[in-house]
Amino acid sequence: MKKGVTPAQVAEMIPDGAVLMIGGFMGMGSPHRVIDALVAAGRRDLTVIANDTARPGWAIGKLITAGAVSRAIVSHIGLNPETQKAMIAGTINVELVPQGTLAERIRCGGYGLGGVLTKTALGTIAAKGQRVIDIDGEEWLYAPPLKADFALIHSDRADYIGNLSYQLTSTNFNPVMATAANTVICEPREIIPVGLIPPDAVTSPGVLVDYLVTAQRGL
Amino acid sequence: MSPEEIIQRRVARELHPGTLVNLGIGLPTGVSRFIRPEQEILFQSENGIVGMGAPPPEGMDDEDLTDAGGHYVSAVPGAATVDSTFSFGLIRGGHLDATVLGGLEVDEKGLLANWMVPGKMVPGMGGAMDLVSGARRVIVAMQHTARGKPKIVPACTLPLTATRRVTLIITDMAVIEPMDDGLVLRERAPGVEVQAILDATSAKLIVPDFVPEMILAE
Repeated sequence: MKKGVTPAQVAEMIPDGAVLMIGGFMGMGSPHRVIDALVAAGRRDLTVIANDTARPGWAIGKLITAGAVSRAIVSHIGLNPETQKAMIAGTINVELVPQGTLAERIRCGGYGLGGVLTKTALGTIAAKGQRVIDIDGEEWLYAPPLKADFALIHSDRADYIGNLSYQLTSTNFNPVMATAANTVICEPREIIPVGLIPPDAVTSPGVLVDYLVTAQRGL
Repeated sequence: MSPEEIIQRRVARELHPGTLVNLGIGLPTGVSRFIRPEQEILFQSENGIVGMGAPPPEGMDDEDLTDAGGHYVSAVPGAATVDSTFSFGLIRGGHLDATVLGGLEVDEKGLLANWMVPGKMVPGMGGAMDLVSGARRVIVAMQHTARGKPKIVPACTLPLTATRRVTLIITDMAVIEPMDDGLVLRERAPGVEVQAILDATSAKLIVPDFVPEMILAE
């Protein structure tokens, strides 16, 4: 049985300066209530590893607006002018990583691998300062693994033991992030009894998950 | 017909039946309007869907079904959704027949710059670098000039998206194919003379004896 927590309790668990992976793609499939709680708790100096920083006032964009983030490892900030401004002003250290490379770096962190070799970004300024490895005369760019203190993810369903199933394009980075952090906290859309998610529909087994954010009760 | 529509209709004819294709956000997205169902082309969106469909009917938006720009879409029968690692496995692994992307500059070597303008616009590369490195064919769909200035240039002045040569450049004026010995002018847009294309291009173009007019998808 997993422990159910409120978004405010999640925010208490996460100290200033923590390294977070946050699921979602332009805010679709992000843990919105947990993000709101982090903003309300006034967290500072967070490192955010995510696909993007969404838009101002939406999903991870709220953390940017609140000044909670000092470092971001992301593939895209084009739809959040606040992140771009903060990057140019130097208030957020932004590391831009090609999206597929970002996914693989997280996978390596979660799967016990020492990194991957890719052609993506090879020879471009995005590869500046990175290792190029020659294998039998062919050049590859080395991409090191990424890990986090906390993964804050979303799922469609969770059961009482934390098995997770995802829905359509809200899947995105959530399953891979569930493998790559010391503490994994999932904000599911609903929590249902064990057995109701068929084994083949479980994408992330509950062994990966530490806490489930409980549903919002009543009106 | 608008310049965008000329480009989209010409790109539509370049996609092979029964293949998987990724359309970039913006102008390339509109290519799907000119694809007929019997072509059996599946559109991939890098946020994790194979078989993306048109925007849903009014009021049928689903926050679990969007494209890479965060816009609501639908899914075609037979669609599959996957996570980000799988999505980019499809892209890098050569499972994508074509990617259609916008461009800021393309040069005489057929190299593309489309992800940043240093000091001005640093949106991040998103999936663009993976797509240009990994798709079997890379089709650049863009206006021939920007505010009257050529976008097909001798050498890119903006940071490159990849060091791999693109397959084809389709603009509102021309179809240009990068080859080993340079850029070859393959087609001209309806009513556009070869000289007008040369005047709007600062890169050197190789001009065959006969340059046919583009045929556009209906």
